[in-house]
Amino acid sequence: MPTIADLRAAYAAGDTTPAETLRQLADTIAARDGDIGGYLSHDLDRALDEASRADLSLPLGGVPIAIKDLINVQGHPCSCASRILHGKYTAPYDATVIRRLRAAGAIPFGRTNMDEFAMGSSNENSGIQPCRNPWDHDRIPGGSSGGSAAVVAAGTAIAALGSDTGGSIRQPASHCGVVGVKPTYGRVSRYGIVAFASSLDQVGPMTATVEDSARLLQVIAGHDPLDSTSVPEPVPDYTAALGHDLKGLRVGLPREYFAEGLEPAVRDAVQAAVRQLESLGAEIVEISLPNTEHAVSVYYIIANAEASANLARFDGVRYGHRAASPSDLLDHYRRSRAEGFGEEVKRRIILGTYVLSSGYYDAYYLRAQKVRTLIRQDFDRAFDQVDLIASPVSPVPPFRLGEKLDDPLAMYLADIYTIPANLAGLCGISVPCGFAPVPGAARPLPVGLQLLARPFGEETLFRAAHAYEQASEWKNHRAYPA
Amino acid sequence: MSQTEYITSIGLEVHVQLKTRTKMFCGCEVRFGEPPNTLTCPTCLGLPGALPVLNRGAIEMTIRAGLLLGCETPPVVKWDRKNYFYPDMPKNYQISQYDLPLCLGGGVPLYDLAYPKDAQKSIARPGKVVQLTRIHLEEDVAKSTHHSSFTTIDFNRAGTPLMEIVSEPDIDSPEEAAAYLNSLRQILVYGDLSDADMEKGQMRCDVNVSVRPVGQTELGTKIELKNLNSVSAVRRALHYEIGRQIECLRTGIPLIQSTRRWDDDLGETSEMRTKEQAHDYRYFPDPDLLPVRTPDLVAREREGLPELPHAKVARFESDYGITHYDASVLASDRALADYYEAAARGATAPKKVANWIINTLLAYLNEHSLGIADCPVVPEKIRALVDLVESGALSGTQAREVFADLFADPAGDPAAIAKAKGFEPADTGEIDAFIDQVIAAHAGPAQEIRDGNDKAANFLTGQVMKLSKGKANPKLVTEAILAKLRG
Repeated sequence: MPTIADLRAAYAAGDTTPAETLRQLADTIAARDGDIGGYLSHDLDRALDEASRADLSLPLGGVPIAIKDLINVQGHPCSCASRILHGKYTAPYDATVIRRLRAAGAIPFGRTNMDEFAMGSSNENSGIQPCRNPWDHDRIPGGSSGGSAAVVAAGTAIAALGSDTGGSIRQPASHCGVVGVKPTYGRVSRYGIVAFASSLDQVGPMTATVEDSARLLQVIAGHDPLDSTSVPEPVPDYTAALGHDLKGLRVGLPREYFAEGLEPAVRDAVQAAVRQLESLGAEIVEISLPNTEHAVSVYYIIANAEASANLARFDGVRYGHRAASPSDLLDHYRRSRAEGFGEEVKRRIILGTYVLSSGYYDAYYLRAQKVRTLIRQDFDRAFDQVDLIASPVSPVPPFRLGEKLDDPLAMYLADIYTIPANLAGLCGISVPCGFAPVPGAARPLPVGLQLLARPFGEETLFRAAHAYEQASEWKNHRAYPA
Repeated sequence: MSQTEYITSIGLEVHVQLKTRTKMFCGCEVRFGEPPNTLTCPTCLGLPGALPVLNRGAIEMTIRAGLLLGCETPPVVKWDRKNYFYPDMPKNYQISQYDLPLCLGGGVPLYDLAYPKDAQKSIARPGKVVQLTRIHLEEDVAKSTHHSSFTTIDFNRAGTPLMEIVSEPDIDSPEEAAAYLNSLRQILVYGDLSDADMEKGQMRCDVNVSVRPVGQTELGTKIELKNLNSVSAVRRALHYEIGRQIECLRTGIPLIQSTRRWDDDLGETSEMRTKEQAHDYRYFPDPDLLPVRTPDLVAREREGLPELPHAKVARFESDYGITHYDASVLASDRALADYYEAAARGATAPKKVANWIINTLLAYLNEHSLGIADCPVVPEKIRALVDLVESGALSGTQAREVFADLFADPAGDPAAIAKAKGFEPADTGEIDAFIDQVIAAHAGPAQEIRDGNDKAANFLTGQVMKLSKGKANPKLVTEAILAKLRG
């Protein structure tokens, strides 16, 4: 598939049209997505209708964008890959990011698969269908934005939007060999994004190249009066950050991120990438983030506490799944939710309810908030020394579907490198940095390099990621060669 | 044992709908009587993905309420989620304020006239101020209507700004509770914060009541009463509940902390739930909203603060020389107080203006079922009318006739109406002749006056009025008679 940049050039030259692009996409989806399951649905006719009115002079004029199934697009289903909404809810309004996409000429096309309500790191918690890694169909694409990563990697989308609460953009981007950006908390409006954990969620681009991510973030970023947590900070020209070397850039390697649990094949790829950053002019510095070990526990307390309230609205009263002939109101609530939610969602609601309960609040939620502050302070100190932090995204390459299903704790722990950025409100990017040979896998599997920057430091991310991408060969590898 | 051997402690939680144009967390209009579910949006319907945005106006109004009631506002306030499931609550959590509310402390002064009429003669502690715990700002829930086999929900009300005013258990009797609600309403109306009409649901209250034997320092078992839809319901429910609780204590039935529902028709309370079944609301800070810094808002509200009823009463007494009672009546309604001031300003006798308004004008308005705001006669004309009486140009009876015309045709001018009715001051020479004639004809009463009995002048005045066919001013006639007979 072409990149956004290619597509715009082709439209300008008259080589193709948005309608032609959409038809081609639909054909490719028909050919490949049966194996992958990246899409929950798409509506070609509707998209063609929108394409007929597309203003090609706009920044994303006529560019189809795949949308994670928790972002409201008016008239499209919005199920969050949950049975509680699937087939029972059509979004009555556009999320702010969708309004911005439309204003820039883009065409929302297709609903991408995900872990139910964004709860998961493998996409195995989708309540609708499994999603597979385009590089190896036996393996997970990562999660929770597994569908968005998979469709970009499979060439069944030009670009996609995902959301990242604890790594849900970066980790599947890493596993599928695409670029994924988690913007600074407050950079992109959350209005219209079905909330998992409100103080952590951020929507971001998932694309084939760094440049496409910059173009996409350019459009969706910015203050929104409808989201009180969005920040009225001007949006810089991200493409201006592309095409520079890395002279004068200090890059920190957190000691704690290269410790026990990191698979050697992943470590090797990341270390090679770090050497390449150095060769591009960056200065490499070892740093310490001493509170890293607490991040996963803190995250699962705060995220689940917020989720337990955010998901309370799915009660079958006004919309969504409703249990048949309940005996009374309590029975209605119990069965509607028991039937509608999957195992992992229930587990997290129960955990979140527990940590907020009278008598436990101080010991869990309040303490977690305090440790969250310590984690943020770790980063404040680190960014006094360095401009960027480099690390792996996931300690392991993509595993086989079902391999870790009965060990949720092991899956939680695998989010250790991505979670801290959400807790601290930083921005981060995952950019492909090689392939790890994995025993039993059909071929070596993608590995991502994570770069983190201080809040509103997206330009620095794009500068470094783009320089690395251009200097490395990984951009030439595709799961489905053209 | 009698009731006097028990002490009653009552605390009130009052919910007040604020008079904002839009809802607490979205741009939907606040209006009543619209077709169900027409004033809604993704936010107040709790649709997936929708987010709240604070209504600054509601925050300012709550701060104003706090200033009027002498509360403190913490420098930073925040909003929290209160979690519980109910179909009238679209998100199944209510955005409220837990540990950093907009107002802390303060108090509600109990006005004499705010007590029930039959209790105004026996106010236990005149001038009492009921201490407040806090005032916080939250969103109202939707309105459920229960039908025979189903329930309908109207979300027009969902998200309406709601101020919750919590008092200390500082109220000693049902009568004080009634006075508290009426005084509070007066102050809220004065601040233009709410119409606070309980019957319209703009003001709703839950009551906590406990009794304990005299001599016991710690409060008795707290019982919460719900479904109190008028001030009189609050009073009656409290009388019933206090009696019930004392009866329990006397007969040794233990009271357990619980919530009871008042049945207005039966006139009794019945248990809804006990403390064991109480909710754990799992409050936590709402991550969708940022904390708000308040010092600038407080400073701005402080500048435009309206005068409160009790301050107005004191000022009316000293500025216009009217009685405390008259001042209280006039100040009991901000519109009435404003009307009086407009009429009294520059009047020859502001005290007479007060009498006129209270005795004549209010009676007229009552008769026509009008409020002071709908009064057809502008205050300036009342002043002109009373001035005419004061100058002797009109008698009181004549003035009332002029007023009747004025009420029917508010465009008229009091002096012109008086003229048209022939209420001109009679020729003084003619009146003088009538006086001499009457004195001569009634030697007995004339002598009584000479001996110092002023009352006898009334009879002579009446005779002069008859001769003048009502055109004379009785006040002036009396003065002239007295002058003639006593020098």
